Amino acid sequence: MRPQISERYLPEKDSQACGLFGVMNTAGERFGGEMAINAMANMKVRGNGLGGGFAIYGLYPEFRDYYALHIMFERHQPGAKEMVDEFLADHFHVVYDEVIPTNKKATVLNPPVVWRYFVSPRRHPEEGNNLSDDEFVVEKVMHINTRIDGAYVFSSGKDMGVFKGVGFPEEIADYFMLDRLYKGYIWTAHSRFPTNTPGWWGGAHPFSILDWTVVHNGELSSYGTNRRYLEMFGYYCTLYTDTEVMAYAVDLLMRRQGLPIEVVSGIFAAPMWDIIEHMEPERRELYKTLRMSYAPLLMNGPFTVIVAHHNEMFGLTDRIRLRPITAAAAGDFVFLSSEEASIRAVAPRLDLAWTPPGGEPVVARLHTKDYLASLTRAV
Amino acid sequence: MFSHLLPEFLVERRSDRCIKCRVCERQCPNGVHHYDTELDLMFSDESPCVGCQRCVVFCPTNALSVYPHPTTYRPNASWTREKLQDLKKQAETGGVILTGSGNDKPYRIYWDHLVLNASQVTNPSIDPLREPMELRTYLGRKPDTLEVEVCGDRVSITSRLSPNVPVETPILFSAMSYGAISYQAFVSLAMAAKEFGTLFNTGEGGLPREMREKFGQNAVVQCASGRFGVDPEYLNSAAVVEIKIGQGAKPGIGGHLPGEKVAANIALTRMIPEGTDALSPAPQHDIYSIEDLSMLIYALKEATNYEKPVSVKIAAVHNVAAIASGIVRAGADIVAIDGLRGGTGAAPKAIRDNVGIPIELALAAVDRRLREEGIRHKCSIIAASGIRCSADVVKAIALGADAVYIGSAALVAMGCTLCQKCYTGKCAWGICTQDPYLSRRLNPEIASQRLVNLLRGWSHEIKEMLGGMGINAIESLRGNREHLRGVGLEGWELDVLGVKGAGE
Repeated sequence: MRPQISERYLPEKDSQACGLFGVMNTAGERFGGEMAINAMANMKVRGNGLGGGFAIYGLYPEFRDYYALHIMFERHQPGAKEMVDEFLADHFHVVYDEVIPTNKKATVLNPPVVWRYFVSPRRHPEEGNNLSDDEFVVEKVMHINTRIDGAYVFSSGKDMGVFKGVGFPEEIADYFMLDRLYKGYIWTAHSRFPTNTPGWWGGAHPFSILDWTVVHNGELSSYGTNRRYLEMFGYYCTLYTDTEVMAYAVDLLMRRQGLPIEVVSGIFAAPMWDIIEHMEPERRELYKTLRMSYAPLLMNGPFTVIVAHHNEMFGLTDRIRLRPITAAAAGDFVFLSSEEASIRAVAPRLDLAWTPPGGEPVVARLHTKDYLASLTRAV
Repeated sequence: MFSHLLPEFLVERRSDRCIKCRVCERQCPNGVHHYDTELDLMFSDESPCVGCQRCVVFCPTNALSVYPHPTTYRPNASWTREKLQDLKKQAETGGVILTGSGNDKPYRIYWDHLVLNASQVTNPSIDPLREPMELRTYLGRKPDTLEVEVCGDRVSITSRLSPNVPVETPILFSAMSYGAISYQAFVSLAMAAKEFGTLFNTGEGGLPREMREKFGQNAVVQCASGRFGVDPEYLNSAAVVEIKIGQGAKPGIGGHLPGEKVAANIALTRMIPEGTDALSPAPQHDIYSIEDLSMLIYALKEATNYEKPVSVKIAAVHNVAAIASGIVRAGADIVAIDGLRGGTGAAPKAIRDNVGIPIELALAAVDRRLREEGIRHKCSIIAASGIRCSADVVKAIALGADAVYIGSAALVAMGCTLCQKCYTGKCAWGICTQDPYLSRRLNPEIASQRLVNLLRGWSHEIKEMLGGMGINAIESLRGNREHLRGVGLEGWELDVLGVKGAGE
């Protein structure tokens, strides 16, 4: 049980609006960052320069068996890196580490040092083998994030990574030289428009744990309900953003409980009772039970989210579609974006472009055409 | 006997308006009004007047006014008129002072110090007249995780689920037993609950057999310390079974329905001889500890084939959070908490006015404790006592309730004026009486419609408030204290409520 302080003292929730973009090559071909970066530049007005970031999958094929930790260190806390290094050496085999190269001419303010480590778990005999590797990594990441001041883990999955910071997305991309140095088969991107918090590099999106990343645009009116439910399962919010809640909910339902997004969308963006009542009996029972059991995880209020992990990227809007999302396909590429214009700006020849209805996930999976499932129900 | 008591109310009759129709005389069960045939004049004796306003409302010429009697002792902040009157009553009788209805003392009403949120700019408010707005709530235990089996497009649930009962609005009628209230009032509550798709609570007096088939599925049936009317058919006819441990108006004490009220049908329903006192012991004599409670919970589940949620109703007392946690761990699917201002048909005034804690604080503490222990989803919480309007419902849900029980509000909708004389059995409004001359006044067709109207009006208002917050399903408000702010509260109160002060 946590220390008994009143919830009255918890920080106010962060409030923000955003622009999202995701592109995946369903054949698994790796490609550069131009599309994601240019699409974000096209949606400049959806952000205000206080946060931008990218997640890339298929990023480190040469280290694909190792957890890639992207860790930021605040410059005003020089001791942080030493503590992290010590901690990592204690709990992991670090096979390679380096500072993430940056463009010295880029226009970003006060960037932290961002370092990457490729690691595998080193278990102490007394820790036993109860935890899976993934859970072991999650625990250590949480430790760094909550116990080591001045250090924050951007991402911790295998063969993927998150680059983010305070600035417009194209500035962050320029700073980390994403267009020149990296390739991947999924790119998701985020531009942030916070209304009540100053930018902090760790607070930018994508939000990530293991190989799961979440970019999110929304203002959850159900935040308090969602957060309190997640706390019961050991997720304690530290950033007080809707995205954090969304990411934890995804982690609980999808990673830990193994529910597919087609089921989870019936929880996050549950159909109305009236609609459930008109379903055929089997589906009715399923949706009724989902909604009843996971009522506190109904994400109420406007949101669009793009979630990615290996082999899969999906987008979802709230059940009455208060935030936009557009899906498109061209050859092996599947696009998800806050705006159709940004897709067309980077991929002028599209085979298809459609607007999925509220609560209907668009799911792009490697080597499948699952994304077409949402087309038949498009608006 | 020469009484030292002052009259409570003054009855004023405007002779220029009075047409001597004698309605007031017939309507008053206390004998306040009297017609003198020889003088052809109406007279009033205000000393038995309880201020129920029945005569005032029914006077066809608006000739009557009834208001608190201006006669007063020397004003004294400590020795108030009420305190002095009570002293004199006890000096004259040597008895316990009885009263009815809920605590009327000026304890802080936290509902009135909590304000609600609304959306501006960063997220849209939702218009309930144009978009769906959902109030349906499922009451019962929810699973930790839901196991599903995915097979292509088909997803089937493999977890075993606990029974849950839906209500179309998160407002239920509180426990009011047949015997305490009239058959007409009891049926009215049942009819309204059925029509609106919510639940009424039988209280501890059983459910008359002829009502079971029609209204059982909208009934919460109680199993209380007197075990009146409890048999397998009774339990199985219901939607929810509730174990009554305590009542907000009189925590720690039992009940007493005097034999003169136990008429044939009440005797039949309660399964006791006609004309005998129906005594409910203070505790349930098979529950002296939490493990005993668990045994009763599971006995009732066995008796109902695990098909019905079992609720446990307690009064809000000092360590309510720990008690509620124990109740959930003992196997209850619903915890009903009745606070300081809960109503009653009869209770010692000293108890009603001094025992228990306000529901707002109890509710916040219970919700928080259950969450801290990771078991909040294992039960539904129903909050009761002093819910006066739709905004109180919204605030209760934001503090963590799944639904609320309303008692006094429902009675007021049927005609009650909170005169607090329920224990006399002479309710002029036909609600809290077994006198057929009086109870006949309450027409269940009309009274149930008034109740349905109340539920409908409140539900509309709740939808408006939810929409304003940018929420379109009631479950997204549950425990969502971010939508509450305190005004005029002290730090410790905000701490307990888990709510920030306005502007914080």
